[in-house]
Amino acid sequence: MSAAETRQGAEGDVSLSVDRVVKSFGDARAVDDVSLKVRRGEFVTLLGPSGCGKTTLLNLIAGFLAPESGEIFIDGAPISGLSPFERNIGVVFQNYALFPHMTVAENVGFGLKMRKVGKAEVERRVQEALEMVRLPQMGDRRPRQLSGGQQQRIALARALVIRPQLILLDEPFSAIDKNLRAEMQVELKTIQRQVGITTIFVTHDQSEALSMSDRIAVMSQGRVQQLSEPIELYRRPANSFVASFIGEINRLACTRRRDADCVLLEHGAVRLRLPAARVPGEGTGDSMLYVRPEALRAVDPGTPEANLCDGTVDAQVYQGTHVDLIVKADNGWLLRVREPGFDALERWPVGARLGVHADLAEACVY
Amino acid sequence: MRLADRLARPVFVAIVALVLAFVTLPSLVVVVVAFGDKSIMMFPPDAWSLRWFERALTYPDFRKGMVNGLYISAWASLLAVAVGTMGAYAIDRFRFRGSALLESLLLSPLVIPHFTLGVGLLILASGLGLSRGYAVVVLCHLILVVPFVMRSVYVSLKNIDPMLERAAASLGARPLTVFLRIHLPLLAPGLAGGWLFAFILSFNEFTATLFVTNNTTQTLPVAMYNYVREYADPTMAALSALLIGITALFLVVANRFLGLDRILSIGSHR
Ligand SMILES: Nc1ncnc2c1ncn2[C@@H]1O[C@H](COP(=O)(O)OP(=O)(O)OP(=O)(O)O)[C@@H](O)[C@H]1O
Ligand SMILES: [Mg+2]
Repeated sequence: MSAAETRQGAEGDVSLSVDRVVKSFGDARAVDDVSLKVRRGEFVTLLGPSGCGKTTLLNLIAGFLAPESGEIFIDGAPISGLSPFERNIGVVFQNYALFPHMTVAENVGFGLKMRKVGKAEVERRVQEALEMVRLPQMGDRRPRQLSGGQQQRIALARALVIRPQLILLDEPFSAIDKNLRAEMQVELKTIQRQVGITTIFVTHDQSEALSMSDRIAVMSQGRVQQLSEPIELYRRPANSFVASFIGEINRLACTRRRDADCVLLEHGAVRLRLPAARVPGEGTGDSMLYVRPEALRAVDPGTPEANLCDGTVDAQVYQGTHVDLIVKADNGWLLRVREPGFDALERWPVGARLGVHADLAEACVY
Repeated sequence: MRLADRLARPVFVAIVALVLAFVTLPSLVVVVVAFGDKSIMMFPPDAWSLRWFERALTYPDFRKGMVNGLYISAWASLLAVAVGTMGAYAIDRFRFRGSALLESLLLSPLVIPHFTLGVGLLILASGLGLSRGYAVVVLCHLILVVPFVMRSVYVSLKNIDPMLERAAASLGARPLTVFLRIHLPLLAPGLAGGWLFAFILSFNEFTATLFVTNNTTQTLPVAMYNYVREYADPTMAALSALLIGITALFLVVANRFLGLDRILSIGSHR
């Protein structure tokens, strides 16, 4: 009884629920058995390489496509029977999709007109929405008279003014230049928090995803590979795809073997011992050790501190905020070691012998 | 190579000038002939007068033909806009068996010779016991001009961002509302252009019209044809000059108010 009640309580907080949704084009499954739950007011980003099904999933939620199987719920109610115009979902398109023959105010007011809102009320809410996106004077302009960033804000105002249950944004900033993009990211995030609206955001820019999202769904080949908070995603990628896709990471080949309650990783002369709990899956054989460059440190060779391996500096890559040392390990590994200060340039010249220390708590094995 | 580059421009200009001259020369000759005084067509005329213009404007068959033509073309072009818009919409929206074939068929005029259509309709009308009234002529013209309208609308439709429809739908617009509030306003230039060309084509059509008209329904081109069979005076030239002038005026006005490039869908949408 009480278990059912808690489940009820948890369910009540879910704004969008995608349940085992499948959509194919021909033989290819663009969205393959995707399930996810988004809490009210949450900002969830769909992140993944081109063609992984992000837009398709968004179109399924908006109702522009119908799923082959599975169901989508908004505030607990199934919506697969509803046409897009019956769903109360705001959509912001990559190319803005403003109506070129209408003024900015008419664009923003369009959804309210469709809802038969009175004229005075429309005017008031349109003005309010324009103020929210900080373009209160632009109501009489035509979309083509606005810059890309301004058009994008109008598109956002148009989608939000109808007070939708959910807002979907498909790569809204990809056509905007880099400086403005950072500004727009902050602005969207501020508005989103202020309005408290549940948001599904699509991007293939991972820094955008990491900086804006409450949670990120990493997609690949139509499937959600991992849905977690940005820090978790970065530090504890669920599989090799996520590990390689997010940020930079060293992939180190090794063989693994069970040894009591530990796992033994070996490659050449290198032997590492990790608690078995840290290594998913059973079995022995070829594996990959994933460790980020910033979890590695250059130390004196041959010391106990050099817990990963010894090697020689192959190249230095100066990156402004840090220096990357490309290290050729004695056992054949090629590693990228991130040193925060640029005194590393002098301390570890090309050809120098060094040891590599790894923070093994940050390493993963798949 | 540099010599060729320097030659390219004058040669290009010369070719364009020649083509233009070639295209406009016959019209120019006709206009000049219209101002002659003799009752035979002669170029260049040795004496000048405006009397053939007077005759062209007062000759009863021409007046009747003019009125008939305006009436028939107005109906045919308006119906063509309605039918063509629906057709273009259907081809653009719905993929069905044979839709590709239909698309190429309907969007490429001139497949059926006008002569064939005229004779076919004539036989069909008499077979069905229809009198050779205005309806048959309008139908004939409708068939001839619909592809042009459909093409014009289709191009405009293709130029409309499909995301606009989705945006409108997500804001709560039903399909009919999307058509009326989004597509129709954006199609307006295409519709106007389609209508304009349908009207001009219909008004000038002769080959098929010859078969489906009779004495009371004959259009201007048919009346002109009948006239030349009896007379060889410059009335015809005068009438042609008038038609050229009116059509040019029409196009200039259309260009001024609608933008011919938009009508012809030459420019891409922005
Ligand atoms: N209308 C369609 N017809 C056929 N295949 C399609 C269609 N739409 C998408 N696909 C295919 O489905 C897969 C997923 O496409 P989708 O547009 O969802 O990818 P995406 O993640 O949004 O990519 P991008 O980052 O490039 O926008 C792709 O392989 C694509 O080729
Ligand atoms: Mg996409």
